[in-house]
Amino acid sequence: MSAPLLEVDGVRRVYSSGGLLSRRRVVAVDGVDLRLDEGQPEIVTVIGESGSGKTTLARMILNMVSPSAGAIRFRGTDLSAVRGTAARLAFMRQVQPIFQNPFEAFNPMKRVDRYLFATARHMAGLAAPADIEAAADRALRDVGLSLAEVRRRYPHELSGGQLQRVAIARALVSRPALLVADEPVSMIDASLRASIVSLLRGLCVRTGVSIIYITHDLATAYSVSDRILIMRLGKVVESGPARTVLDDPQHEYSRLLKSSVLSPEVPSNGAFFHA
Amino acid sequence: MSAPVLEVSGLRAYYRTAAFGIRREVRAVDDVDLCVEAGEIYGLAGESSCGKTTLIKTIANAIQPPLEVLAGSVVFNFKDQRIDMHGASREELRDIRWKRLSYIMQGSMNVLNPVRRVRHAFVDFAFRHIGRSKAEFLDIVRAHLRRLHLEPDVLDAYPHQLSGGMRQRVTIALATVCRPEFIIADEPTTALDVVVQKGVLAMIHSVQRELGSSVIFVTHDMAVHANLTDRLGIMYGGRLVEEGRTADVFRRPRHPYTAHLIASLPRLGDAAPKEGLTGAPPNLADPPSGCRFHPRCPLASDICQREAPPMTELAPGHRAACFHSDQVMPP
Ligand SMILES: Nc1ncnc2c1ncn2[C@@H]1O[C@H](COP(=O)(O)OP(=O)(O)OP(=O)(O)O)[C@@H](O)[C@H]1O
Ligand code: SF4
Ligand SMILES: [Mg+2]
Repeated sequence: MSAPLLEVDGVRRVYSSGGLLSRRRVVAVDGVDLRLDEGQPEIVTVIGESGSGKTTLARMILNMVSPSAGAIRFRGTDLSAVRGTAARLAFMRQVQPIFQNPFEAFNPMKRVDRYLFATARHMAGLAAPADIEAAADRALRDVGLSLAEVRRRYPHELSGGQLQRVAIARALVSRPALLVADEPVSMIDASLRASIVSLLRGLCVRTGVSIIYITHDLATAYSVSDRILIMRLGKVVESGPARTVLDDPQHEYSRLLKSSVLSPEVPSNGAFFHA
Repeated sequence: MSAPVLEVSGLRAYYRTAAFGIRREVRAVDDVDLCVEAGEIYGLAGESSCGKTTLIKTIANAIQPPLEVLAGSVVFNFKDQRIDMHGASREELRDIRWKRLSYIMQGSMNVLNPVRRVRHAFVDFAFRHIGRSKAEFLDIVRAHLRRLHLEPDVLDAYPHQLSGGMRQRVTIALATVCRPEFIIADEPTTALDVVVQKGVLAMIHSVQRELGSSVIFVTHDMAVHANLTDRLGIMYGGRLVEEGRTADVFRRPRHPYTAHLIASLPRLGDAAPKEGLTGAPPNLADPPSGCRFHPRCPLASDICQREAPPMTELAPGHRAACFHSDQVMPP
């Protein structure tokens, strides 16, 4: 058996939100297990209800939130032991996030090219300006942009989709072993989405990066992922090889999910939403 | 037939900046003509950065520098009021906002103030328009929420206590409580899971049918257009390149870009992702000459590089801007 890359062991995360009237505990993630192996790059899709804990799970894997119970190990090291600047940096070089809302991921006052340059400097360890620019440009071209197009631009000067592609490019700069992509394509049209998920697939095959891909898009999940986890209310309700699961979902919620996918055809009676 | 509720003609809106002595002009909306009829849902589609949001910001007069309107006009023919959006005074605009025209902005789930209960948002936006006592006003709001299958309890919640889908429903309730004649919604369901999305779309549809409002619904998600909109406009590189009844556009696209959009739609069960369009979206600071689609177009010929194709009616109510629209293959 090969060595584990990532081990998620029975993690749980509880948030208590405290208004005076409505103090309540929310179990955002409730006993999730997941293992990815070294040398077996794969795309694992996490799909499920809005608010079902997918983002919390992603944040725990990224060591941005700590589990209330259970443990996460990356290359054998418990994430709770990843402390101090050097250790954190080494971890971040290997595990890179791509966030859901690009408008939140970027500081509105900071030029987006600076993010790429900073990542090239700190994460990829480059020093010469020419190398830094080349790394940024290469990463941008991987996602269908170029440095010429984003140079000197601030986040609000790019469209949502452009900004999301910049976010993906930024994550690619340090050539990580694991990408955690939280809805990286929800802002993006089908054509570009197809290119980006193909790109993720290509990166996985060519460079051996494993990808945890959180999405609402069942069609691309089906076509690019090796494994799928379906989450609801903090729990994984169903998991397995993506196609097996989506061809014949067993859990009631998985079935509902599948049946809610809109078909990209105009219904013959033209009145899908009449009810 | 009565005049369209919305008439947009020759609209041109650019982002104009000057930094380090370099002037930049992003031609996000260029010579757009479109009309929206009473009671219809007009869909606006197109790839990321093609100018959808800019177009509707310009329509709603939510214009902030560096965005500038260079030409054209936007006129709403409300039931008893005609208003030229770019000629109107601040007061006139304030009076129609939310009452006659609601604009649900992209990412507006986050428009609710995180530290104030939802109730305050309703008071801030709608109280003065409805013009009743506070108690009566809240009754109207509660009745409206119930009609939209929302528990009036949400009024006492803080935004973070609501799920994304619930926040979006509340936003829609907010945008419709004054029974506006016109609703503009920019990607209102893009961040939602498919189950919740379907519910929110059904809600938009039913509230639209009930109020008889006209809607411009913006999304890059063609599956949503297929299931929701009556007519569809396709934008590419700052221009409207095709428009027609949604069913006609899907059945027989007349522009190669639309044909590609439809062909590339993912379907559950596809073994591999569909081919994306080759090449990058046009740089609107320096758009291609002639037809802006020509660098990526499989049908491009010489004339396409030299001249911009005009919007031409090719079948009743179906227009496209392409020199070779007769060669576009049905999907
Ligand atoms: N404030 C700004 N200053 C300069 N350019 C801008 C500004 N806002 C948007 N743009 C540019 O205008 C063009 C159109 O952007 P817009 O936001 O209208 O696209 P969109 O079709 O809504 O895209 P998306 O689907 O990604 O939301 C893009 O090239 C974008 O980079
Ligand atoms: S005008 Fe020419 S380049 Fe433009 S879409 Fe038609 S064929 Fe293609
Ligand atoms: Mg937009």
